[in-house]
This record gives sequence, C-alpha cells and structure tokens, in this order.
Amino acid sequence: MRATIGRMIEASGLTKRYGRTVAVDNLSFTVGEGRVTGFLGPNGAGKSTTMRMILGLDRPTSGDVLLDGKHYRNLHQPLRTVGALLDAKWVHPNRSARAHLRWLAASNKLPTSRVDEVLDLVGLTSVAKKNAGGFSLGMSQRLGIAAALLGDPQVLLFDEPVNGLDPEGILWIRRFMHQLAENGRTVFVSSHLLSEMAQTAQDLVVIGRGKLIYQGTVEDFIAHATETTVLVRSPQLDALAELLRIGGGTVAPDTGTPPGLRVSGMDSAEIGELAAANGIVLHELNPQVGSLEQAFMQLTGDAVEYHTHEEASSA
Amino acid sequence: MSLVSAERIKLFSTRSPWACGLLAIALPVAFTALLAAQAGGDLEIDIGATQLTAGLGRSVVLVLAALAVTSEYRFGTIRSTFQAVPNRSAALLAKALVVAGLTGVIGACVGFGCWAMFRLIKPNAGLALDSGQDWRTVAGQALVFALAALLALGVGILVRQTAGAVALLLVYSLLVESLVTLIPKVGQDIQHWLPFFAADRFIGVGRDNGAREVVDLPLTPWGYLLYFAVIALAVLTAGIFSATRRDA
Repeated sequence: MRATIGRMIEASGLTKRYGRTVAVDNLSFTVGEGRVTGFLGPNGAGKSTTMRMILGLDRPTSGDVLLDGKHYRNLHQPLRTVGALLDAKWVHPNRSARAHLRWLAASNKLPTSRVDEVLDLVGLTSVAKKNAGGFSLGMSQRLGIAAALLGDPQVLLFDEPVNGLDPEGILWIRRFMHQLAENGRTVFVSSHLLSEMAQTAQDLVVIGRGKLIYQGTVEDFIAHATETTVLVRSPQLDALAELLRIGGGTVAPDTGTPPGLRVSGMDSAEIGELAAANGIVLHELNPQVGSLEQAFMQLTGDAVEYHTHEEASSA
Repeated sequence: MSLVSAERIKLFSTRSPWACGLLAIALPVAFTALLAAQAGGDLEIDIGATQLTAGLGRSVVLVLAALAVTSEYRFGTIRSTFQAVPNRSAALLAKALVVAGLTGVIGACVGFGCWAMFRLIKPNAGLALDSGQDWRTVAGQALVFALAALLALGVGILVRQTAGAVALLLVYSLLVESLVTLIPKVGQDIQHWLPFFAADRFIGVGRDNGAREVVDLPLTPWGYLLYFAVIALAVLTAGIFSATRRDA
C-alpha cells in the first residue's frame, strides 16, 4: 500500500558543511504525498538546515532534494506548490500583517482577496492593519501559517511550529495540522519533541547529528526503538545474573535501592521460571514498557551534539 | 511585473522610506533657502550654485537604498523573498527598479526644489533654465540620485548589515573622496576618477567656483555620468551575483 503513495519530497545524499562542521551528513529520505511526516531530531541535529535546503535557501554542499520531482528553484510561482513556516519572526516589525501578506501574494500573482481569506482562516482579521512587530509569538506563528497557506499549496513545511507557544497556541496548531492532513495535503513538520510528533504525525524521519536514524511509520518506530527490559530485584543478585547470562539474557545492573538487574532479551515469564527452577528468591519482577521519549532518547542518545557534563560522565 | 509590484508594496509599507524620502527633499531645499538668503559677495550665483546642497539629499538617499535591502537581511524577510521568488537575480532587479524609480523622483524634487527655492529668494539673479547645460544641472539630479541609490543597494546586498553598509557609504562619499586630494602629486588625478566626484562633475556643482583650481578633466559631463553609471551598475551586479551564490 505504501508503494502507491507518491513521493512529494525526496532527498538523496543531502550534505551541508560549514567549514569543518558537518550540519547535514549524506541524508536521504522521502516524504509521502498526503501524509503528515514528522521530522524529528534533537536540537542542532540539522533539521532547520535541511528545511532551508528543501526551499532552496541554502545550497547543499552535495546531494539533492526534489519537490514533486523538481528542484525548488525551478518551481513556477512556488508559493502555489509549497508553503513554509520556518521562522515566525521573519517579518518586518513596522509592516502591517496585511501588507506582509500582500507583497508575498503579489510576488506569486495571487489575488489580494486571498490575503483576506488566509487572515480570516488564522483568525488575524481584526489585527490585520497592526504592525507585525507588536505581535505575540502565537500571533506571529499564525501570521506565518497564513503566509504558508497563501498559495493554497499541496505541500507544507513547518519548522518547530509549537516551540515557545502557550498550551492554547499548541492546541490550535495541532488542530490546524490535523485539518491540513484531512484535506489531503502533504505536511512535513519538524520538532525535537517526540510526544508532539506522536500527536500529529503518521510517518517519521528521525535524524541525529545530520545523519538519518530512522524513516518509517510512527508505530514501527516505537516498536523498533523500544526494547522491552525487565527489572529484577533479588537478595541473590550475583547468582541470578550468572544464570540469566547463561540463559541468553543481557544483564545490566540497576542502580536503584535495593540494587537490581535490568534484563533484556528475556521476558518476565522466562526469568521467573529460571529463578524458580534454581531456587532463587525474587523480590521484584517488573517488565518496563518503553515510552516514546525513551525510544527517541535511545536512538538519538549517541547523536546529541551537546551533552551536559553530567550526562556525559554517567554515560 | 508581479515582482515589481511586490517590491513596491514592500518599500512603501514601512515608514523608513517615507521618512528618508521626505528628509532627502526637505534637507537640501531648506539649506538652499539659507544659502540663497545669504548669497552674494563670495558666492557666484549660477545654476550650479542652486545645487550646492543637493549632496545632503543624495546622502539620505544612499541610506534609503541601503536600508531597502539591509532591513530585509536584518529581519529575515529576504528569506521569504527568495522563497517566494527563487530566481534571486529577478527579485533583486525588481527591487533595484523600484528603488531607482523612487530615488529618481526624489532627485528630481531635490533638483527642481532647490532651484525653485533659490530663485524664489533671489528672483533677480538670472536663474532661468536657458541652456541644455542648465537643464542638465537641475534635472540631472534625478539620474544621479537613482544611480547613487543603485550603488548603495549593491553595497547593501554585499554588506547585509545596516550599520556597516550605511557607515561605509557615508564615510566614503562624504570623507574619503575629498581626503584623497591630500595625497601629494597623484591625489587630484585619482580624485578625477572617483564615482561621486564623477557624479558632481555631471551636475556641474561649483564648476565656476573660483576657489577650485581650474584643471583639465578627463571626461565630459555626460562621459562622467556614463562613468558613474558603470560603477554603480558594477557594484549592483557584484551584489546580485554574491546573493545568488550565498546561502540566504
């Protein structure tokens, strides 16, 4: 079934170097038509750089990214094909919201009536004549979304759209993205929060340090990334650890009080039976279901660019 | 055409071009009034004398033109511009057209405004526009302002920072060109080939001012305009070329 879905965004071998720093490293992924794809990675993983390369703002050091089979620079009146919100603060503070949209519309031969339509759509009609510099982050974000929707594009790119928003704003953006997806648009949205993506996305592209870590559905990602472990506590820890290793499990010490073992590769039933057969007392036998955030941390843990010192030393 | 109207909306929807435009006209016209009121004695009155303060307006226009693009870099709207119009040369040329149009009108207002003000105060000084040379001096401000603005736009695109671009333009046009003459022997010869000196020679500001040493200039007034135009367009081209190469 996935094979019938058109590839709306297709990156191949995308690489961006700034001097000696590699921001995006041989990145290849596809974004399916009519789906919401989350673009996930820790801060500094290269998400924004990738988005700028998709939009032709930054020139890839090597590699290519195509939109519906074309380079962005070859799109005729690109706002009609791709709408994007990369940074809500990219507005002139002394220009009114309406004037901001008016020049964008004019550049792609869109009628002025469309400006009023999108202002209405995002609920900014009453402040349309106010200068964008006085807008709150939430309002700026709405203005950015209005700009993205101006050309009624089939593809939408959003870079960290909920960052810094209050709960009401977050809810509004989330609902809005669901709406866009229901209209059959292709949405590519970046975030460093997996929980946010689980709420909105069907597919995921996960990167860390500019490299692709995972591409596929959200469900597969969670299944793939969350290795189930079992927490065991026993007064005979050393003997138990030895048995489990022989039995084929992987054992790691758990530093809780009282100390325990974290076992992977065996489920709780196998561990319990093994302990009973060898007369070992168990105080706790607790399967740990991995959460989304854990899955994400597990996959990108090695790829986070800026560890705090505590993390680095305990790792 | 759609790109030109986009740039027109952009330029006129913020306050600074309006403020710069009005200042660029009011400043030289007001100073001309002072100058005319005190004229006589040392100052030989001719059409060139009516344009002595136009340089003030030209400096403000340099700021206006540089701001037209540096503010886009400052606030990130240049990215929205290039996103809407991936052909960066076309987008920047449209901006150049709009800026040149506006500053040309400002230049005409300054040229004729200063002349009219001088004539109003000194009605008997014989300041009618009789010859082609007189017309060139007054109406020529439109061309000089527009070309100066294109040069400033090019510098703005290259430098990208408002403070840097404005400082460079003002220090160069107001100080460096006149300080060059202090270089012994070659200073004056170098000055004869500097862009704003060339613009002034086209206008003919102070051409009969007795204080200036009469020297043979390498170019005719129209030759100087062409020379100034070539430099302005070369700087603009360099700016546009670098913008197409750089990351936005």
